[in-house]
Amino acid sequence: MEKVKLLKIYRKMLEIRRFEEKLYSLFLTGIVPGTMHQYIGQEAIAVGVCENLRENDYVTTTHRGHGHYLAKGAPLKELMAELFAKKTGCCRGMGGSMHIAKLSSGILGGGGIVGAGIPIACGAALSAKIRKKGQIVACFFGDGAVNTGAFHEGVNLAAVWKLPIIFVCENNLYAFSTPIKEAVAIENIAERARGYGIPGIAVNGNDVLEVYEIAYQAIKKAREGRGPTLIECKTYRYKGHARFDPGTYRPREEVEEWLRKDPLVLYQRKLIKMGIIDEKKSEEIEQEVRKSIEEAIKFAKASPEPDIKNSLEYVYA
Amino acid sequence: MPEIKQIDTIAEALREALREEMQRDPAVILLGEDIGEFGGAFQVTRGLIKEFGKERVRNTPISEIAIIGTAIGAALTGMRPVAEIQYADFLTCCMDQIANQAAKIRLMTGGQAKVPIVIRAPVGSATRGAQHGQSVEAWFMHTPGLKVAVPSTPYEAKGLLKMAIRDDNPVMFFEHKLLYGSRSPGGKLKGTEGAVTTVKPAPYEEYTIPFGKADVKKEGKDVTVVATLLMVHKALRVAERLEKEEGISVEVIDPCTLVPLDEETILNSVKKTGRLVVISEDCTRGGVGSEIAAIVAEKALDFLDAPIKRVGALNTPIPFAPNVEKHVIPNEERIFLAIKEVLSS
Repeated sequence: MEKVKLLKIYRKMLEIRRFEEKLYSLFLTGIVPGTMHQYIGQEAIAVGVCENLRENDYVTTTHRGHGHYLAKGAPLKELMAELFAKKTGCCRGMGGSMHIAKLSSGILGGGGIVGAGIPIACGAALSAKIRKKGQIVACFFGDGAVNTGAFHEGVNLAAVWKLPIIFVCENNLYAFSTPIKEAVAIENIAERARGYGIPGIAVNGNDVLEVYEIAYQAIKKAREGRGPTLIECKTYRYKGHARFDPGTYRPREEVEEWLRKDPLVLYQRKLIKMGIIDEKKSEEIEQEVRKSIEEAIKFAKASPEPDIKNSLEYVYA
Repeated sequence: MPEIKQIDTIAEALREALREEMQRDPAVILLGEDIGEFGGAFQVTRGLIKEFGKERVRNTPISEIAIIGTAIGAALTGMRPVAEIQYADFLTCCMDQIANQAAKIRLMTGGQAKVPIVIRAPVGSATRGAQHGQSVEAWFMHTPGLKVAVPSTPYEAKGLLKMAIRDDNPVMFFEHKLLYGSRSPGGKLKGTEGAVTTVKPAPYEEYTIPFGKADVKKEGKDVTVVATLLMVHKALRVAERLEKEEGISVEVIDPCTLVPLDEETILNSVKKTGRLVVISEDCTRGGVGSEIAAIVAEKALDFLDAPIKRVGALNTPIPFAPNVEKHVIPNEERIFLAIKEVLSS
């Protein structure tokens, strides 16, 4: 992989991490309303997958969508403004943290209904197939989604119709508070793929280059019309499920073990070893990222709220 | 064989609408169970797979969530899918995709996205029992972001479906089983028993019918009857009888679409007649009739000379036994008595 690409990946991962950290502190001050589900700890997956995508490819995300949005390259300040519930947000302040979308960047949206995005992603893939523009869909969802009917119906349909889609399951081991072992009776969710007649592969979701490589293969296959792949990325979320969840249902040793496998730290070490970055370069990127986030906050704070006079504006097209 | 100039069944009118729109716009695709070679449970899509191919007429597994989800995803990315849900009762299986996704996506994306899908589904009880016979229109009237169409004749079926396909919003398109007049694969004409079949056939020429415009099926001056789907036909028969037997002049209004609803035509009629009966086949509680009655009560109470009367199904699941089913859904006798009642006060 080229040095530029390796650095871009690092910058993106760092951007998501710093964005989420800053957002959390803003949230605690009370300036950011509502709820939010943070992506900290899972950055390698969104970035590893999205770095393989073209601008006109599609992404469907989840309730935990900030990372996918940034990884697909949509404007950071519009995401910040959305979370501040401002008119300049990517969804005009109408969506909020759980409903992040940027259609012009191919981000079709996230949602508060676990699994529901999967058949919608299949529809985008069907459309791509019919329109023959060579586009593919990266469909992200969590381990909680794999026990919904939407997962079963969507993956099955994509397999039967050989749709140009990759299913990316971010297995962070907990669906809200419920551990994966209480919800799934197999070791790897990837094994489910066999039942649908498509390949399934489990990867280390904290290793961005491994995710990148596997996604590369699956995307190539999808683009060539050879059907979908299910990729299970094993990972961990650092925070609780949502804003007020401290995540106390997780054993301390487990949390500590995963913190030692931090995807950002692992990747940074690798880049240092490869001679791609040093402390100085690393600090330079850090400053750039922090600056863009500070600018986004300024933008969001200065932006107007949505106008209540137009409260029915978005019900019908 | 003489040249057919008009379409006299709803099944054929719908098929013609699909055919014309698919010819006009390559973005129109069909999705649904048994809609391919078999032509759909009510034969609406018969022959279309031959004409347009498997890529655009997509026979699906029994996966209602996937049917609607796929339609939504395709719509978000430039297609205009028409999904068929085999019986309206099955809409419960994909309610999330309709009510939480299709209906909310435009708002949730702050107007970035549009979801031009049509969901066709047969309603009405027709001796198939509780899970193949409910009328569910009101559920969708209650859900902002959806439009709801209820064609009662071939003319409306074709014109409204073409309009629905061109609409940039999700449209619930309800068809009544007893009005299809579809030919079964054996060739026998079935399901016309409910229709006053000569009411408004559909021409082959190009036309569309705008949403939110009611059709006055019969003008009258003594009482306003608002009715939908099969009930339009029942109301017309009762109106004819009342006119003949008792000299009562009944105005029958077919809203054609429930969302948007042509309030103006209904209110103007009530202001003229001073009396209102609303007839719909869904169960009365929280139903189509309740909403229309509420609008008239809010906006034209001073013009009413008698209390509003709703005639709907009894508040029960649809039972199998044909005699009980007939009793549960609005029949002509109940409609007759309801109209007489509002005229007597």
